Amino acid sequence: MPDPVPTPDFSLIRARGLTKRFGSFTAVDAIDFDVAPGESFGFLGPNGAGKTSTMRMIGCVSPVSDGVLEVLGSDPRADGPRIRSRIGVVPQQDTLDTELTVRENLVIYGRYFGLSRAECGRRADELLDFAQLTERANDQVEPLSGGMKRRLTIARALINEPDLLLLDEPTTGLDPQARHLLWDRLYRLKQRGVTLVLTTHYMDEAEQLCDRLVVMDKARIVAEGSPRDLIERYSTREVTELRFPAGVQETLNGQLEGLAERVELLPDRVLLYADDGEAAVAAAHQRGLRPETVLVRRSSLEDVFLRLTGRSLIE
Amino acid sequence: MTVTARVVELRAMQYRRTFRASIFTSFLNPVLFLLAMGVGLGTYVDRSGTANQALGGLSYLQFLAPGLLAATTMQSAAFEATFPIMGGLTWQKTFHAMYATPITPAAIVMGNLVWIAIRLAMIAAVFTLVMVAFGAAASPLIVLAIPAAVLTGLAFASPIAGFSATQRTPEKFNAVFRWGITPLFLFSGTFFPISNLPAAIQPIAWLSPLWHGVELSRGLALGTIGADPIRALVHVAVLTAIFLAGVAWANRTVEARLVRG
Repeated sequence: MPDPVPTPDFSLIRARGLTKRFGSFTAVDAIDFDVAPGESFGFLGPNGAGKTSTMRMIGCVSPVSDGVLEVLGSDPRADGPRIRSRIGVVPQQDTLDTELTVRENLVIYGRYFGLSRAECGRRADELLDFAQLTERANDQVEPLSGGMKRRLTIARALINEPDLLLLDEPTTGLDPQARHLLWDRLYRLKQRGVTLVLTTHYMDEAEQLCDRLVVMDKARIVAEGSPRDLIERYSTREVTELRFPAGVQETLNGQLEGLAERVELLPDRVLLYADDGEAAVAAAHQRGLRPETVLVRRSSLEDVFLRLTGRSLIE
Repeated sequence: MTVTARVVELRAMQYRRTFRASIFTSFLNPVLFLLAMGVGLGTYVDRSGTANQALGGLSYLQFLAPGLLAATTMQSAAFEATFPIMGGLTWQKTFHAMYATPITPAAIVMGNLVWIAIRLAMIAAVFTLVMVAFGAAASPLIVLAIPAAVLTGLAFASPIAGFSATQRTPEKFNAVFRWGITPLFLFSGTFFPISNLPAAIQPIAWLSPLWHGVELSRGLALGTIGADPIRALVHVAVLTAIFLAGVAWANRTVEARLVRG
């Protein structure tokens, strides 16, 4: 199979030794990455890994402390407003104007980019349709559900037809149904060729949306690749999860060794990393282990993260 | 310049949605105040010989009205430079949303101040019409009292906006009104000439930006400004200097907040 990610001649974003410091605290520590046109690129990591700081530097709202950053071929230090005119930003927290209606929020945002009123109106109607909010066009923002507000925020970020869409934790705090609806919208954008850069601490989100991602931990990038690539590189094909009755897991010292390629003990369960999960289950039973529940599943980015950092993504 | 106009446009759009709630406080309240004090209380003041002497032969309404005009724009400016700024930076974060677009922090500051100036001009115009209707105007120059009152308000709006951008909760706004706006309102020559204050305190009144605004506005409404144009220019210069210093400070504090996120 050919490499699904084309190697571009130029990058929409290019970072070399990119660093962000707040006083003596280093939020982003000399990271390197490139984002190609049309690509969906993700930053996966737990809260506090430096994802938002990185996104704010790319969005030209937070100055670079050190290193090189080029966004759309320009330097944010010199060309902030010009770069910002060509990107769309979906911030982690909603920044919608609750004094205006749904449609007015889109229209005024288009005006910030210097679009004519007529053009703002035309695009607003199109985007309301895309965000499935046409029926709420003249309603106030406040009574909208969390998922609707996020969709409105995404629609708003698209009003200037950006070359690059930045999404910081786009589905955090949403219920599963709202998340799937949002993913569907983002997937459509991706198919249209919009370059997406997103941060997430949900591995399923990263797997769904990202062609390529970097795993961040403690201000640094610890791995880079496509989701499949990372799983192949850092995990086994399958994982067997064993849950024992309360108190039993602590008494298993030594009995788990050699059951699989790698064994991880989490507070609530044991993970056996082996290409053949069923074989690992059989081996455990042979040793007389009696887990309460057994689950054999495919490896995920969660396992990659655990392997790379020794910690779970969501703690 | 054009980005500043976008910020003004947002504020106007918000105002269209919310103006009903503010009609009473911004237009009716000051007018009621003027009528109660100027016409109601004024009738008694005008019967007093000592008051007539202190006011230089003016009716109390004539003395009070231009001062109250400047004091009213000060109060409105202080309000507009506190809660809406906190709304944009902390509550709704609409200024952060703007900052993600080509709009710069300086445009956000200036756009808000331009909007405040428009609001103050509306309030001052209504107030001035009432003054004329009740015979409180002695000179056609009173038309110029409107921009004078707007400048007075702006000299408060910019530094207060700068302060508001440093706050994450509105708790200290009460202190601004209680220890700043209210004493200035009462002791800047609005209700009585500052020559009636104890001699030791009088120089303090000169430090009050409102006193400069009241003097300017009164000179225009009564047509006495021509007698001492240098003095009038000093008032304008003081108010302009405070306004510009406030803009420079607000540019820094607003940008710092936007960059911090």
